Amino acid sequence: MKRASRNALQFYLLLLLTLLVCAFLIVPVLLSMLAGVTENFFVGLSSGFTLRWVMAVWETYEPTIWRSIVIALACLVVTALVGVPLAYMLARYRGGNSRLARLLEELLMMPVAVPGLATALALIMAYGQYRAFRGSLLFILVGHVLFTLPFMVRPVLAVMQSSQLALLEEAAASLGAGYWQRFCGVVIPNAMPGILAGALMVTTLSIGEFNITWMLHTPLTMTLPVGLADSYASMRLEVGSAYTLIFLFMIIPLLIAMQWVTQTTQARVRL
Amino acid sequence: MKTRRRGSNRHLWFCAAPAMTLFAAFWLLPMLRLVGVGASGPSGAMAYLAVLSNRHYLDSLVSTLLLSLTVTLVTLAIAAVVGLFLQRNRFPGKSLLMAMLTFPLAFPGVVVGFMVIMLAGRQGLIGALTDKLFGQSLVFAYSLAGLFLGYVYFSIPRVILTVMAAAEKLDPSLEEAARSLGANGLRVFADVVLPALTPALISSGAICFATSMGAFGTAFTLATKIDVLPMAIYNEFTSYANFSMAAALSIVLGLITWLALALARSLSGSSVPAAA
Repeated sequence: MKRASRNALQFYLLLLLTLLVCAFLIVPVLLSMLAGVTENFFVGLSSGFTLRWVMAVWETYEPTIWRSIVIALACLVVTALVGVPLAYMLARYRGGNSRLARLLEELLMMPVAVPGLATALALIMAYGQYRAFRGSLLFILVGHVLFTLPFMVRPVLAVMQSSQLALLEEAAASLGAGYWQRFCGVVIPNAMPGILAGALMVTTLSIGEFNITWMLHTPLTMTLPVGLADSYASMRLEVGSAYTLIFLFMIIPLLIAMQWVTQTTQARVRL
Repeated sequence: MKTRRRGSNRHLWFCAAPAMTLFAAFWLLPMLRLVGVGASGPSGAMAYLAVLSNRHYLDSLVSTLLLSLTVTLVTLAIAAVVGLFLQRNRFPGKSLLMAMLTFPLAFPGVVVGFMVIMLAGRQGLIGALTDKLFGQSLVFAYSLAGLFLGYVYFSIPRVILTVMAAAEKLDPSLEEAARSLGANGLRVFADVVLPALTPALISSGAICFATSMGAFGTAFTLATKIDVLPMAIYNEFTSYANFSMAAALSIVLGLITWLALALARSLSGSSVPAAA
């Protein structure tokens, strides 16, 4: 009896802690969403709701939003085209258990393990003198691809390792399928859950990337997160909030899709 | 048979070539170049020791290290308790709670910085509450304390997810055995649950440490004068155009984060990813 009541007490204390942590994470998000549609946040909600700030953001920062979408999609295409074949190589080379494959995977992870600032500086020092490249969106795309590539390769590799790819391919080969036919007809369809998970991950990360982009951007290649930093530093709180609101609405569908993919395919997606 | 195998390996190399070329051209070679630039300043390769010999950089390094360590420990403590609780209990609204706890996962550092401003900034919630309660508003967003809050905010969702995944694999019969042998709840937690969670805690702690060391967006949003190493590098590069020093410092910073992750991986087993 005493023990049961103590367990109940423990449960409620832990629940309270969990709710507090949740409040810590969510309350600022809600506040910023509210501030983005409030006439004057300092006065409070009584000043009335407005879409003025959202419109203001749209007028000033519209190009950054389109740019971020374009870069994220381009990044997705490049990482898929380059990353899926690489994952295939890592899964199949010497039966998928070679030191070389592990070393490659390790190397590929480096742009994530090393701060984005270092990667960005390295890119600037090496390619900064090519003005046209330096000032184009391509320069930013390169940074994003380096950073997001492992997030495409790893889920695809995980799926390939868990499906008996070698066996399936052998069956296809015995029926007369060539390399290309096997890659498109067996490998790709089998790896699809991993590709889907990786694709969502890459897009989300690319839309939110700041550490590398901040050093690489020029006024003409400003992306959404760079614009956010700019608005936080130089605009009133309501404008920064409205801009954040737009950003949240862009990533929410991606997050929901990610949740859905993880639940339906059981592929582990991790940020 | 032998020739066929060699042929299939060549085909595999062809698959890896585009990604490897891209990586070599845009990461490996530029990084090597950066190492060279770091040694090209007036003090040559000694620039790499400036982090230790120069008072200003040493201060930045120490405060960054201390900040990252504190963030890691606090995050691990909170997230371990919450993660275990969520994994073991069912209650109405749990999935909604989980969704809210993992929502900030996708926030970039700048947005996290803005969330800290919403909480502890000049027009923030904590300021408004303390003003009502004590007649004086507490504002600490634009300092190291704000940065601490931001990094904890950023790290909690990640660690909670890792702890939950690890706790799912725990064998409940071990705990029952310990309990049947007379161990109380605390003993079971300390002797059975915690050791089983240790690999997950080490790996997610290392990721948390590495991000706190190298992150830059949050500090940038809060105040450019916060004295952490990434900010020092940024200022060397943009304000003083001291490229060689910026290069040397960022190589040192990169080595520290990479070492932390590699060390954690060797401690917790090879199944742990380098970063997630």
